[in-house]
Amino acid sequence: MGAYIVRRLLQAVPTVLGVALLTFLLFDAFGADPVRTALGNHATPEAMANLRHQWGLDQSLPLQFVDFLRQIVTFDYGRSFVTGEDLGTQIKAGALVSLSVTVPPFVFGGIVNVALALFIARHRDGIVDRASRVLFIAAMSVSALVYVLALQYLLAFKLDWFPINGYEGGWAAVKYLGLPWLIQLLLLMGPDIRLYRTLFLADINADYVRTARSKGAGEARVLFRHVLPNAWIPIITQNVTTIPFLILGSFLMERFFSIPGIGNLTIAALSRGDLPILKAVTVLGALALVLFNLLNDLLYAFADPRVRLS
Amino acid sequence: MEHVKPRSAAAEALRALWARPHIRACLIVVVLYLLIAVAGYFHLLPDADAALGGSQDPPSWHLATLLGTDILGRSVLWRVIAGAQTAVTIGLATTVLAVPFGTALGLAAGYFGGWLDAVINWVYSVVVSVPDILLITAISYAMGKGLSSMCVAIAATSWVGIMRLVRGEVLKHKDSDYVLAARSLGAGSRRIMFSEILPNVVHVAIVTSSLVLLASVKAEVILTYLGLGIQDGASWGLLITGASQDLTNDIWGPLVGTVTAMFLLIYSLSAIGDALRDVLDPRVA
Repeated sequence: MGAYIVRRLLQAVPTVLGVALLTFLLFDAFGADPVRTALGNHATPEAMANLRHQWGLDQSLPLQFVDFLRQIVTFDYGRSFVTGEDLGTQIKAGALVSLSVTVPPFVFGGIVNVALALFIARHRDGIVDRASRVLFIAAMSVSALVYVLALQYLLAFKLDWFPINGYEGGWAAVKYLGLPWLIQLLLLMGPDIRLYRTLFLADINADYVRTARSKGAGEARVLFRHVLPNAWIPIITQNVTTIPFLILGSFLMERFFSIPGIGNLTIAALSRGDLPILKAVTVLGALALVLFNLLNDLLYAFADPRVRLS
Repeated sequence: MEHVKPRSAAAEALRALWARPHIRACLIVVVLYLLIAVAGYFHLLPDADAALGGSQDPPSWHLATLLGTDILGRSVLWRVIAGAQTAVTIGLATTVLAVPFGTALGLAAGYFGGWLDAVINWVYSVVVSVPDILLITAISYAMGKGLSSMCVAIAATSWVGIMRLVRGEVLKHKDSDYVLAARSLGAGSRRIMFSEILPNVVHVAIVTSSLVLLASVKAEVILTYLGLGIQDGASWGLLITGASQDLTNDIWGPLVGTVTAMFLLIYSLSAIGDALRDVLDPRVA
């Protein structure tokens, strides 16, 4: 196991190098000049040269790239161009806020949707199954933005159950997060239940389930002792690889409800040409994805003895 | 003696789709949207930029003001229709960029293997490691915001899945008997790849096309809202974004019109996508 982890980590090195190169090319080599964005069109050449020097952009591109690699390895992403703040602090704070937006609906929705999918799969082709299939396809044909708009209008503007938008730190955040949580729960239902239903159906029709039934196992025993343990594996796969996206937060929710998470940080940085933030978020997002993919493979091997770690 | 006409796989698939009334309706809807887009490019659609009335007139029983007018007095219905032209453009542009690119690379990686496969897989692993929204942000920074950079950005996140699927299919086919037969008849690599293997794996690309198409139409709305997509002109993203303000003034025309137009297209595309998978994938049938 240890050797496998080490080898997988080594295999990730060229991937991370590629991500660094792609990020650097898109932002530093091809992107708009951040000095121009910061100072506007009427800046004097001296002012521009000064700022360029201050931000280290007067070095050659290869040197800047080496410096970027150093940042990645040391996890020291320097300071924001615009605010001068330390990026580590900013990103950590943003990530915590993003997690508070996305984790509760992810956990709660996960449990509820697995239960609902199990019920639907158990009563395959029944009235609930057929109705929900049509309903989900229809529901997923409407843009997520429309649900956000309509629910904000109904629950916050008309019924006044939630604040329209905004955010406060600490426990007061719950008041503002209620509506984004509810919307995400609803948005997750369609895709999740459809996926879990397919997974459960693959197992419900399997030979071993027929064997269990023919040995006289009751319905509950078949579902919870036979189907569920097998279907867990793809469910774990699905959910572990989603975790990096939870840290990234939901860009749409954060933007819509003015919640200061990673999504809002990134969008604001984009309009200001704040390259250090953009590059740091991109690389950290990719690192998280690579790590959780590795973790996922390990869990997979752990949960399914047939998967040999070769 | 009865003469049997050879039929192509595509004609066969289309015939099978047409036989289902529900899918037939969906096909007609999609063709209508295509016609709207074509008509738009030939300037046959009513002018969506012309002021027809006062600011934010309520809906009336004239076709042009069926959904009312916007803040500049322009017909909301004409803007929704012009938005359909933009949506079809985005969908087609993204699909045309992503699907052939992904298919070609998947074919090459699967067929040739070796260092080419290694390089393509490296690029794949790099692109899938960057979360989609961050890759789209980066591309829109590098290329500037707007319709074309958005299409490139969505395509950049879509080709990887197609490449992987096609590669997997090619690996299954490349050592099969029919390929061996073609090779023993003296067929070269190019002939085997394009005339023998491609027709047997292309269903993967076609089914994915319908998914890429509808995903890009949906992505436009979110990206435009986030400020990463369409900046001006008529688009469903801009219409829904603007509707946010309208609702508090009890103006529903733009939201209802856009959601309906979008629903018809997305629903039809997903139904066709599902049906295509049933028809084209020999294992399902």
